[in-house]
Amino acid sequence: MGMGVEERNRLARRAAEEIEDGMTVNLGIGIPSLVANFIPPEKGVMFHAENGVLGMGKAPEKGMENPNLCNAGGFPVTVVPGASYFDSAMAFGMIRGGYVDLAVLGGLEVSAAGDLANWIVPGKRVSGIGGAMELAKKARKVIVLMSHTNKDGDPKIVEQCSLPLTASACVDLIITELAVIEVTPEGLVLKEVAAPYTAEDVRARTGAGLRVAKELLTVE
Amino acid sequence: MQVKESRTRLDKTGTLEQAMKQFHDGSTVMFGGFGGVGNPPSLIDGIIEKGVKDLTLIGNDSGFPQIGIGKLISLGRAKKLIASHIGSNPVAGQLMIDGKMDVEFAAQGTLAERIRAGGVGLGGVLTDIGIGSMVEEGKEKVTVGGKDYLIEPALRAEVSIVYAKKADTFGNLIYDTSARNTNPLVAMAGAYTIAEAEEIVPAGELDPECIFTPGVFVDLVIPSKGVNWRWAWE
Repeated sequence: MGMGVEERNRLARRAAEEIEDGMTVNLGIGIPSLVANFIPPEKGVMFHAENGVLGMGKAPEKGMENPNLCNAGGFPVTVVPGASYFDSAMAFGMIRGGYVDLAVLGGLEVSAAGDLANWIVPGKRVSGIGGAMELAKKARKVIVLMSHTNKDGDPKIVEQCSLPLTASACVDLIITELAVIEVTPEGLVLKEVAAPYTAEDVRARTGAGLRVAKELLTVE
Repeated sequence: MQVKESRTRLDKTGTLEQAMKQFHDGSTVMFGGFGGVGNPPSLIDGIIEKGVKDLTLIGNDSGFPQIGIGKLISLGRAKKLIASHIGSNPVAGQLMIDGKMDVEFAAQGTLAERIRAGGVGLGGVLTDIGIGSMVEEGKEKVTVGGKDYLIEPALRAEVSIVYAKKADTFGNLIYDTSARNTNPLVAMAGAYTIAEAEEIVPAGELDPECIFTPGVFVDLVIPSKGVNWRWAWE
């Protein structure tokens, strides 16, 4: 990804703004996992983990970890009042059943129609599907946090994904270090741009048609 | 498949040595756990020491190279792995690339349901997860109520291995926090199921209200020597 700590945190903070009080939220590993740091407990958000926890709290203090109580990335967590544990079938039952309001995921490619590719680069190292297919397809809202271009500088937001899909027409919002882009039935809409970049800079780095919102926000 | 001993014996406790009689070259072994958490450590060490190879392993993921089921996979003892994820174990990735281990990927929730189906006498499950993706290739489709679904066949194993916090002598099991994960599902789907427990108590001491795996699914209960690896976060 090549994003610095500050930039990763900025993306996570922006994604946190999309989270409403009382939502059930699943955070993917990597940058998405940072989003929890920007959600105050009083918002009553319940964080869901595929390995069978609803109501994850902050990381435990050093020395206080229960090695069995982890998030899906394998890091120790605590739980908040109202939390529950359950097996993997129920964890995914919640996702497929439509009880997860929001999933924040990473991405390799997102298409103009909101197709997401994030699990395999054929011929290269394959890490596997994990819970991405269920989350992408069944969470009520899907936000993708990713770098705007890949390490070769090629756009990751494209007309049609070239990589195998995780799920089609599933992404609602894309947040990158350059921009916030909404996926609408009429295509991609640029909502926010990060100064000093301009809408034209974002267009030049985007591989799909991009309409600029009437009230484009420039974020310092 | 092994000939099942009666699953209604009241005392199913035994030793690691007894457990090891179930594992042979080419066995199909299903394991509980997620990212190493909930993988049964003593059984995995026992399988490693016994030296069995060409195993078909079925479980959520390949652990980490020196954690949980990853220890067995990293030694090249599996000819096939059915899992949802191998990202935390680069050795597993290399074995796959080198053609030394065949890996069949499944979406995580689908895998869990296939295991559950295998345990509860169903032929499989219908799901729309994976439709329009590579996962669809080679799978039968069915239309129910005007919607398309993939037919995902049930999974069973010759031996299932699980890790419990507490067991009673009948094999009733209680798990610890998120170490439950796939364990209750895997426990149901083995022709022979071995539970490794941190604590074993006489039948009657566990509150029936609090049991997650009823002992009917369990054939053998052995005491655990506990986790003997360092976690990635340590």
